Amino acid sequence: MTPARSQKAPWLTVYVVAYVLFLYLPIAIIPLFSFNNSIQAAFPLSGFTLEWYRSLFGNENLHRAFQTSLIVGVSAAFLATSIGVTVGYMEVAGGNRTARVISALCRLPILIPGVIVGIALLVLVNLAGLGPSRIAIVLGHTLVALPTAVVIMRGRFSSLPRSFSEVAMDLGAHEWTTFRRIVLPLAAPAITSSFMLSFLTSFDEFIVAFFLSGAEPTLPLYVWGQLRFPKALPSVMALGTFILLASIVIATVAEIIRRRGAASDELPVTTPRPLPIS
Amino acid sequence: MSVSSESVLALPAASERQRRLFGIGMTAPGALATSVLVLFALGVVLFLGFRTNDGSLLGGAFTLDNFKAALTDPLYATVILRSLAIAGLVTLATVVTAYPVAYYLAFHAGKHRALLLFIVTLPFWTSYLLRVFAWKVVLAFNGVLNSALMTAGITSEPILAFLNTPAAVVITLAHAYAAFAILPIYVALENVPRSLIEAAEDLGARPTAIFRKIILPISMPGVMAAALVVFVPTVGDYVTPALVGGPNSTMIGSMIQAQFGKANDWPFGAALSVIVMLVILAVVVVARRADKRFGSRT
Repeated sequence: MTPARSQKAPWLTVYVVAYVLFLYLPIAIIPLFSFNNSIQAAFPLSGFTLEWYRSLFGNENLHRAFQTSLIVGVSAAFLATSIGVTVGYMEVAGGNRTARVISALCRLPILIPGVIVGIALLVLVNLAGLGPSRIAIVLGHTLVALPTAVVIMRGRFSSLPRSFSEVAMDLGAHEWTTFRRIVLPLAAPAITSSFMLSFLTSFDEFIVAFFLSGAEPTLPLYVWGQLRFPKALPSVMALGTFILLASIVIATVAEIIRRRGAASDELPVTTPRPLPIS
Repeated sequence: MSVSSESVLALPAASERQRRLFGIGMTAPGALATSVLVLFALGVVLFLGFRTNDGSLLGGAFTLDNFKAALTDPLYATVILRSLAIAGLVTLATVVTAYPVAYYLAFHAGKHRALLLFIVTLPFWTSYLLRVFAWKVVLAFNGVLNSALMTAGITSEPILAFLNTPAAVVITLAHAYAAFAILPIYVALENVPRSLIEAAEDLGARPTAIFRKIILPISMPGVMAAALVVFVPTVGDYVTPALVGGPNSTMIGSMIQAQFGKANDWPFGAALSVIVMLVILAVVVVARRADKRFGSRT
């Protein structure tokens, strides 16, 4: 754009501000009413209270759901990131047909609605004799987080200068040594970022866990269960405020780490890459 | 002398074996995960769709009845068409409202671009369930929106009967998938050659003509990609119709869930899933065709 046009767009700026407000205002409702002294979430605000936060402490079911979410999230993030590292590396470094097909299949879950991922894995874990369980949710969340992990890792590997590993190989290092000593350290920020965002995907995921959970609900499933009780709404808002805060902190830190690791790259690779079909 | 020549000869064989082992070891995790969790799982759903429901895990005999019932019963046709209509509306609304934001990001954001990109994509990383729940609170009869209007003195009683209507589903989904649409369009707009725009300006083209004849056509692949990534998850959504939709907004995701829950007819639920996947496949194929056509024009 010429300088003249890049400066003058007041109406467009107003629109963008309004759009951002539209994005954030509904979400801001949750923390706002979590401090409101009324069962009903309506204006005018009736008074400040910490009662709803107090009600969260000492809640045994909530505590267990949180624990399940942590265990499932860390396990799924570990699996998705490990697979993402190997798949991304093989696609970028090897570049053969098998590697490309596997990488495309890893990104395919973006094109499958969550309900169908849920029922497909429900049948699968029943066939395997596991049944709905924590392990079943871990498998499901690994699949749901896989596209994010693969997209982040292949983005990072393809931005690494090839000469580094070529030099190492010319000096006599084997593939494995090169990968472990050269490639992995250079990709460490992206790996951390992939792990955090995969964890976040699992931590916030509802529908797949809805089909796969046995006696151990995750945090979103606990929230879902509470929505049936109108009296529980303010407590859900207090809990929701914590969950939103955790998500925002994790996503922000992941983005900062990734940006430090690839300072030249302007586009946040942390957001799901839009072209799963190509 | 003989020792050193031997080791020189031995080295390629050993490193070749190592190379192959490395390749196998690095391919195995992805191959295992995709063949079991993606290919086998989807294959089982396809298989199950052709079985009769006898209460066992993989059903009884082979049959086409599930597909016949799903495609002839007007109830399912209505729900599938409604899902397509709602997802189509959401896609249209999301892409049209996101385009100006992507345009601003590409051409006007300047040094704030990275920050703004982060701000518009951050809500995507927050809990989807909580965002839908927030809309339920906002749109309720005694909820935030109505009470705000009453408090502001605009109305004396709740006027907006939003909750439990298809409109509530469209608004909630459009809000939830906003970030999905901005990014692909932004990437496409970034790829518009600046020299092309300058050349058109030098030749005296008006800004509207430049937008219509250069920027919009070149960004169309991004628009198609955006439409696709919004359409796919919305067409099979379960949470939003369940929380804010009410009885007149049942979508196909809820129907599938019911077969694996209350109705307890897994083969029929699998058949419905296969139909949804085929619909999505058709949309992807059409989108890619359109993509190619736009691509060849530029």
